[in-house]
Amino acid sequence: MSTTSDRHPMTGNEMSGAAEGGTERHQYDVVVVGAGGAGLRAAIAAHEAGARTAVVCKSLLGKAHTVMAEGGIAAAMGNRWPEDSWEVHFRDTMRGGKMLNHWRMAQLHAQEAPERVMELEDWGALFDRTDDGLISQRDFGGHKYARLAHVGDRTGLEMIRTLQQRTVALGIDVFMECTVTDVFKQDGVVSGALAYWRETGRFVLFDTPTVVLATGGIGKSFKVTSNSWEYTGDGHALAMRTGASLINMEFVQFHPTGMVWPPSVKGLLVTESVRGDGGILKNSEGERFMFDYIPEFFRAETADTVEEADAWYEDKKNNRRPPELLPRDEVARAINSEIKAGRGTPHGGIYLDIASRRTPEFIRKRLPSMYHQFKELADVDITREPMEIGPTCHYVMGGVEVDPDTQESAVTGLYAVGECSGGMHGSNRLGGNSLGDLLVFGKRAGESASAYAAGLGATRPQVDEDDVRAARASALAPFEVEGGENPYAIQSDLQQSMNDLVGIIRTGQELQESLDAIEAFKVRAASMKVEGHRQYNPGWHLALDLRNMLLVSESVARAALAREESRGGHTRDDFPGPDPTWGTKNLVVRLDAAGTGVELQEQPLPAMPDELKKYFESK
Amino acid sequence: MGYELKLRVWRGDQDGGDLGDYAVEVSEGEVVLDALHRLQATQAGDLAIRWNCKAGKCGSCSAEINGRPRLLCMTRLSDFDPAETITVTPMRTFPVIRDLVTDVSFNYEKARELPSFAPPPRDADGKRRMAQVDVERGQEFRKCIECFLCQDVCHVVRDHDDNKPAFAGPRFFLRYAELDMHPLDTHDRRELAQGAAGLGMCNITKCCTEVCPEGIKITDNAIIPMKERVVDRRFDPLVWLGSKIGIRTKDYDGRTEV
Amino acid sequence: MSTGQGSTGVRGPTRARIEARTLRTDRWWQAPLTTFVVFSAFVVYATVRAFMGTDYYAKPYLSPFYSPCLGDCVEGASDFGQPFGWFPLSAALIILVFPLGFRMTCYYYRKSYYRAFWLSPPACGVAEPHASYTGESRFPLVLQNAHRYFWYAAIVVGLILTFDVVLAFRPMPGEYAIGDGETGGVHMGLGTLLMIVNIVLIWLYTLSCHSCRHAVGGRLRHFSKHPVRYRLWTWVSRLNVHHGRFAWYSLFSVALVDLYVLLLATGTIQDLRFF
Repeated sequence: MSTTSDRHPMTGNEMSGAAEGGTERHQYDVVVVGAGGAGLRAAIAAHEAGARTAVVCKSLLGKAHTVMAEGGIAAAMGNRWPEDSWEVHFRDTMRGGKMLNHWRMAQLHAQEAPERVMELEDWGALFDRTDDGLISQRDFGGHKYARLAHVGDRTGLEMIRTLQQRTVALGIDVFMECTVTDVFKQDGVVSGALAYWRETGRFVLFDTPTVVLATGGIGKSFKVTSNSWEYTGDGHALAMRTGASLINMEFVQFHPTGMVWPPSVKGLLVTESVRGDGGILKNSEGERFMFDYIPEFFRAETADTVEEADAWYEDKKNNRRPPELLPRDEVARAINSEIKAGRGTPHGGIYLDIASRRTPEFIRKRLPSMYHQFKELADVDITREPMEIGPTCHYVMGGVEVDPDTQESAVTGLYAVGECSGGMHGSNRLGGNSLGDLLVFGKRAGESASAYAAGLGATRPQVDEDDVRAARASALAPFEVEGGENPYAIQSDLQQSMNDLVGIIRTGQELQESLDAIEAFKVRAASMKVEGHRQYNPGWHLALDLRNMLLVSESVARAALAREESRGGHTRDDFPGPDPTWGTKNLVVRLDAAGTGVELQEQPLPAMPDELKKYFESK
Repeated sequence: MGYELKLRVWRGDQDGGDLGDYAVEVSEGEVVLDALHRLQATQAGDLAIRWNCKAGKCGSCSAEINGRPRLLCMTRLSDFDPAETITVTPMRTFPVIRDLVTDVSFNYEKARELPSFAPPPRDADGKRRMAQVDVERGQEFRKCIECFLCQDVCHVVRDHDDNKPAFAGPRFFLRYAELDMHPLDTHDRRELAQGAAGLGMCNITKCCTEVCPEGIKITDNAIIPMKERVVDRRFDPLVWLGSKIGIRTKDYDGRTEV
Repeated sequence: MSTGQGSTGVRGPTRARIEARTLRTDRWWQAPLTTFVVFSAFVVYATVRAFMGTDYYAKPYLSPFYSPCLGDCVEGASDFGQPFGWFPLSAALIILVFPLGFRMTCYYYRKSYYRAFWLSPPACGVAEPHASYTGESRFPLVLQNAHRYFWYAAIVVGLILTFDVVLAFRPMPGEYAIGDGETGGVHMGLGTLLMIVNIVLIWLYTLSCHSCRHAVGGRLRHFSKHPVRYRLWTWVSRLNVHHGRFAWYSLFSVALVDLYVLLLATGTIQDLRFF
């Protein structure tokens, strides 16, 4: 138990600050990058399939962004509504994504999510229960039936803790506070990965035929976001640099309800469960404005009077859903319009009111984290006053283009899963579908990576030492610069620019401006400078992450400029409606030949089989 | 609104370090972490801080503010007088890495020593049934965000490094209690809690409960009930006598001791 | 690994190099100091009173320190006989071990005196002065695990003290300025009132005990299969939150009743009679 050993048995951390030079080397069958829900589920699956597995993550184990998920895991278990089935879930998912989803992913997700949820229970998760003792399921926007398995409003925490405890129980190696900078290939297939310990700055080389990217999203490229510092699009950028493609990058979900005050927590998520449990949206004139924003597409299933909407909470069979529970893109746009029309709150948001509609006991029991969050951070008692909220960058629907069944990218041996993969959610993700996505495709990725590695036998691709040298030199470059700029300043300017020009409402002109701005940031980033030394140096870490943020930001802006319509998480002021021809194709981006920018390509949607098409025929 | 905050921040590593004085511009509604981030972005680019969600949900930014273990992101500046100097140090129970970052691997080692949940087979229809009242106690403990402030403040290890091998700490007593109260678990972990985890070393001085940012009643709801369960198993002559003559409590039926 | 003083704890070699035992700026010493002073005062008072062996009975009031009075007690004080009539010392010493043991092993008192008397730790985030620490894992502190036995005894003591309160309604002919010659009916004086307050606090303290909480339902794994015990557990849990408060209040009330009896017995004051 000595704390002065060379390497900690668990973290693998080298304690001596002096040992900068060497590179440690490890052999694995599967290396999972990221320890959120997707990464851990993939690692568990790979380990259980017999692969030597490692998880590499930027933070400590159990801190990944999955902990922020609040509402629940969408799975058609039928515990509350026996008539729920995977077919209905599949239909909801496709409709929520405005039919741009990869049908096969949506299908697999809907079919497999219930069993993935019950596995969590086998591993110790304590979900809220129905009166029959089954896993309780709650209502959420865009889902026809109450189907989100949940634990109060901290489902993500429950999920990550359960997966973490399972990972620990299985004895899977975890490299904590370790950042992957490069994935290597030999003859076009994955051969290894380079990482560095954040603590010491020392490099780690993994010899591995498979890398599973599970790095989450890109939200940190935007100023107002619910995402943490980790969300710098590492997996997206790593995949592109390794030769894989990204799909649907123009679709960024702005969650309708983020905190707007105080400034230091602007963007912090306010769970959709507030609305699922009875919360309503009001403008500064006290008007419940969502009734004015019901789109044609959802008119048939949405209540058009206050009476019907309020009755729905008690009697879901005979009433239609309140418009507050429309999919997130619709609600976010409506809030944005109200604020723009001058009907916003003093801090530039809209009121989300549950205080006047539910008892304090109910609110504290159902929404304990929200109660706590507003009390501690904003000094607002949500059982007495309405919350002030506004849209916040929350999730990127786009990601690495993968095979639906195996999650393998265009590069053999490179897999992507969770938020950093693309296709499952189309143009807009339904609440609760991300947690299911992590579990369903995490398992699939882990299993297929493990099978591929096992099939290789003794002949494995080798890491080229020249590639390693080049990658190390590139990572250390910011220390060599004389008189360059501070990475914090570039990051902050990038976030502001993306927020202003590639935000919730976009125009062709602004998108073009943003691309010009990104070119300028690239020039600044090429000469940025880092102070200090390699040991736990956040300035250096940011400098490396910033390269990924720039690449991802460019992908988003370029795809957004190309798609001349409004659909899901992509709204063009200059093309306000959906365009049926755009409804038949996805946009794909790749790294350009020079390796400094991205190039774009249109691609037809995969053809849905007839037996699934029938779910969309009658309306 | 805005004012100049006086901060003292511990900078250094295992070879040494001290409290450095800084002044940083802060504004209304900010928390200590905001002030430190501004410091990092403007004056000390290499200031090491561990943080993630900035919403009190991930438990990364644990440190000590004016000597009290707290989350940097949940400590509002409005709790202090603007004229006051705020002192920020790393957690003083764990080995320091650099500046405000400590090596918390102690906790991950302890997590590995704990036998995991061991459920019976599912019901015939492939589902499990548990009543809400039966899972509620465990749910309180599972609110834990693993900030390790309870481990940090616990004098058993804070003041006695030599106790670390034999003492799992409040965070893991929470886990023992959660599993022991789980309606389905098939393990009996009472011996282990008392023996390997060192439950007996706890003298219930409640500092863990005082610092818990999630407000979990660690001492009253987990540690003391766990101590009472150990008494059932170990120190209760009536129970001992009962088991000798074949009368015993059915609470632990179907559980195997680990 | 060295375990000597100075190389362990917050000044250990791997910890952040900070000399101060604590950087707390608030008055953290206030709570342990108050506890120290008040508990010490109580212990001194209780010890003196327990060893006095006199002035513990003023008809119809029996001091709780001496109840039940099982030794060679004054006339009228023994309602359960005098099985320890041969005991040469104060009768309080025979029975005081039960309430004392109950309080000494109480989870709340343990916290308080470990902090205030042992300084282990004096307050949260304040380094303790001891070089080594084994907590309650060894003799003698492992005996703290006997708390539940003292709780069983405390219930008996509580019942007896309740009986004393009933007896405190008895009219005592010839003992009062008014109502001379009464032999029937009831009476109530300030002493009765104090004893009622005391017994209520004693019961609140006894029933809010952590061992009680465990016994009534806390030990169960399935509340859903024991609805009555679950209900009881919920009630006790609600009381348990205030266990520390009841511990203090009942400490004061016990001492106060005893003091009142002392003052009556020594003739310093007269009982204030309500009816």
